[in-house]
Amino acid sequence: MIYRRFFNVPTWRFRSPLEELYRMRQQMEQLLESAATPPQREAAGVLPLINLTEGKDNYYVRAELPGVKGDGLDIQVTANNLAISGERKIAAEEEGARYHRKEREAGTFSRMIGLPGEVDTDKVEAKLENGILTIVISKAEIAKPKQITVK
Amino acid sequence: MADTQSNELKVREKQEVTSPAEQTMPGLIFTPAVDIFETEKEITLLADIPGVKADDLTIDIRDNTLTLSADIAPVDSTDEVDILVECESGRYYRQFTLGELINQENIDAKLNDGVLRLSLPKVEKATPKKITVKTG
Repeated sequence: MIYRRFFNVPTWRFRSPLEELYRMRQQMEQLLESAATPPQREAAGVLPLINLTEGKDNYYVRAELPGVKGDGLDIQVTANNLAISGERKIAAEEEGARYHRKEREAGTFSRMIGLPGEVDTDKVEAKLENGILTIVISKAEIAKPKQITVK
Repeated sequence: MADTQSNELKVREKQEVTSPAEQTMPGLIFTPAVDIFETEKEITLLADIPGVKADDLTIDIRDNTLTLSADIAPVDSTDEVDILVECESGRYYRQFTLGELINQENIDAKLNDGVLRLSLPKVEKATPKKITVKTG
């Protein structure tokens, strides 16, 4: 007590002074992290970009994948995760072609998406139409809303 | 590891058109990514236009200007609630100026898996004729 009065600072009797420094560092890191990612855009920054919607019985995942063939895609579903991976290939053109513009890119992509609820892994349908991938995932029975009538 | 990394596709924001003219229709317009290459005989244009059906695509050549415009069918999602929206969809629009004369009769357009392949054959150059001067 005398010690505290003398120096007018809280004493670190059980905690190490380094712990306080660690805590400060952690807070600084959190601050920097939140400053680096603009809050309005929450995209994962991983291809493919997806739109996820929820219906009464299904989740719908839609992604734009122009030029990707169905057999070039690998889609896997677990209880509440969806993994999409694949490769986009651009066939080489004949020799002697002079490129004026080359904006389209080829390469691999893979992505894991957490679904908001449990799903029935047996009832998943995927189709690729005009370069748009649509995956319809049926919700698990326990996750479906039940209508309850009031007596 | 470095090799596989370099092959990975990077996310690129869809380029929104900053109005070619003032809009009368609501909705977003995007610029599709294209590849353009040229061989002796033709110019080929490849464009990524996911979500466009063949009927909704308009290709127009007028006064050396090639115009691509495409509508997309809206997704039927009346009773669906958005959870995550990362990419917006909208119409596509892009114009190009053609440097060479194009044989408009033989333009060929194919649409496969959301990729348009447009072949624009060049007009064959007039073969030089040799004119012999006769005397007499």
